[in-house]
Amino acid sequence: MSTAFKPDETFRDSFTFRNSEAAIRRFPMPFPEDNYMYSVNIEPHTAGPPGSVTEFPIDIDEHYVAECNERALVLAAEPLRFQALPHMMSAQWDCLELIMESLARDYPQHFALARAGNRWHWINRPLGINRHFTFGEASSLDRQPLDFITRQAQGDWVVMDQREGDLWTEAGMVTTQADWSLDFDVGMTFKEWHGPVPIAHELGVFDRALKFLLNLRLGAPVRRLNWTMTVHPRLDTSPENYPFWGPDRAAVTALNAGDLVNLRVELQGLWRLPRSNAVVFSIRCYLISLRELVTVAKWGRRVHRVLKNLHPELVDYKGLARYRDAVVEWLAPYDDGVPTTPGTAPE
Amino acid sequence: MTEAATIEVEVTAIDQVTPLIKHFRLAPVDGGTLPAFSGGSHIIVVMHGAARAHRNPYSVLSPPNRLDAYEIGVRRMEESRGGSHFMHDSVRVGSRLQIAHPVNLFGLDKIARKHVLIAGGIGITPFLAMLEDLYGGPVPYELHYSVRSPEHAAFLGRLRRREGGRVHLYCDSEQQAINFEALLGNQPLGTHVYVCGPGGMISRVAAVAKDCGWPDSHIHWEQFSAPPVGDAFEVFLARSRISVHVPPDQSLLESIEAAGVEVPYLCRGGVCGFCQTRVLEVDGELLHNDHFLSEAERASGKTIMPCVSRARCRSLLLDL
Repeated sequence: MSTAFKPDETFRDSFTFRNSEAAIRRFPMPFPEDNYMYSVNIEPHTAGPPGSVTEFPIDIDEHYVAECNERALVLAAEPLRFQALPHMMSAQWDCLELIMESLARDYPQHFALARAGNRWHWINRPLGINRHFTFGEASSLDRQPLDFITRQAQGDWVVMDQREGDLWTEAGMVTTQADWSLDFDVGMTFKEWHGPVPIAHELGVFDRALKFLLNLRLGAPVRRLNWTMTVHPRLDTSPENYPFWGPDRAAVTALNAGDLVNLRVELQGLWRLPRSNAVVFSIRCYLISLRELVTVAKWGRRVHRVLKNLHPELVDYKGLARYRDAVVEWLAPYDDGVPTTPGTAPE
Repeated sequence: MTEAATIEVEVTAIDQVTPLIKHFRLAPVDGGTLPAFSGGSHIIVVMHGAARAHRNPYSVLSPPNRLDAYEIGVRRMEESRGGSHFMHDSVRVGSRLQIAHPVNLFGLDKIARKHVLIAGGIGITPFLAMLEDLYGGPVPYELHYSVRSPEHAAFLGRLRRREGGRVHLYCDSEQQAINFEALLGNQPLGTHVYVCGPGGMISRVAAVAKDCGWPDSHIHWEQFSAPPVGDAFEVFLARSRISVHVPPDQSLLESIEAAGVEVPYLCRGGVCGFCQTRVLEVDGELLHNDHFLSEAERASGKTIMPCVSRARCRSLLLDL
């Protein structure tokens, strides 16, 4: 796919972010049925259909340049959005290799990587980066390796060390998050990190997910989808910046919800890293306004039904309590009661 | 669970390094590089013998930064069910084998203040790669290596050349033995101990370390069990609706695979817990040989690790 980037889109203030027709058609819908509850919905991260968000292990889309610009803005104001504990250096290099190899292989028109032993040459054309460095030698880059490469990648990246039969959140780049903070969570175990999630603990979801991830295999990455909703196409809904985005939720009405409210879907990928035996967790955020979403009739019907019947604790946890009813009212005219077909693809 | 594709390798060198141990170099047949890995990893080697396929786990002993080939050491087991004999007797330079991507169930703890490595015999192999990760780093470490007699000390020359005084050798033939109480009773806080060797050595290290007050999280060991030989029995797979005969010298997992049913696995040595399978009914006794299930899980009679465990029973019904 030849991607035309939209470098001037914004995710704050003027909120000029929009999805093209093609971006809407490839949006990763998280609801295979008309209702929703937590499950260990993990599947192999293998190649999806051409043009889909899973065609390649790491997806680059029309928002790439704009999202990298937004990340730079967040980091300029809050450098602690990137963190890495000292023992995570080999995992940082593993991540750099994973991202550079994937992008250069899958998007040769935009990225190139030449390796001669430890002498590497990286070219990122959309961002105008051309860099020679020595793999494994931190002083050969002007930033830490994970910082360097995730400033050039969409989505958040969390790196977990594996020890004591647990996964420890000990490095990451987190600027496009749904109301959680790396600065607060760094150093936590898997279940501590997921402590605030309701219901799922009782369902045993995290016991099973942890057991599964501890055995994640090299060369066999997995993925899952998660979702929430966000007022305005705002990537940085962090606890740190709650005063900026929290009040937006009070502005939603049944009249303006179609333009104000976005379905926010996270494509989460998990890879075993080779040299460090750590696990990297990528959380790639896709946004779609309700008005864009209802251009696919099946999605309009389905999202209306999911939200209408959503478990009250999930309504609370996902921060929808204030405006869920307004969204359901706005969506109601797009749900004619016709049964939906199974699966998420547009009809 | 998802399985990475297996990798075709060619044996490019074989050395008899001790009377019992052969050292194999496995290079990818396409001439490229193999996946990067971390010290302590093992690979499953698939051997196509005349009668059946063997799948044995072997630690990768070559340096993690050398990816043109993996090296493994194989000890000839007296009570082999065929895998180690196949490697010793039938594999030649030029033979082709299949391997799975490396898996690490025995990694170094990255926040340890010191590492104490204890090897018995062939148990030296994972440490050879781990030492590459430790060498030149800021964290102190030492290796204690116990063998029957000097000619059984595989890879000693390479270890001594580089590690010098950090390698301590103990030969049974010279009445030398590791004094575990002294070794483990006097280590700085934050030290981690790693042991790989015979079962008796592992349980001894674990027991002494516990007596000395070491937390469980600082005691690491790896021992791949070979599936023991036992009585034949019948198993019925409830979901596949087939019945499978398990002969005395074949494991439950191998027999199920031979019947065409896939069971997800990682280590095939009773360590990882991956092939854990639900037992629906058993008319007799489960013979657990793994290192994974808790006492309570064993006692429940509801679960089994088919890679190393068997049953003494009239019939066994599994959720497969």
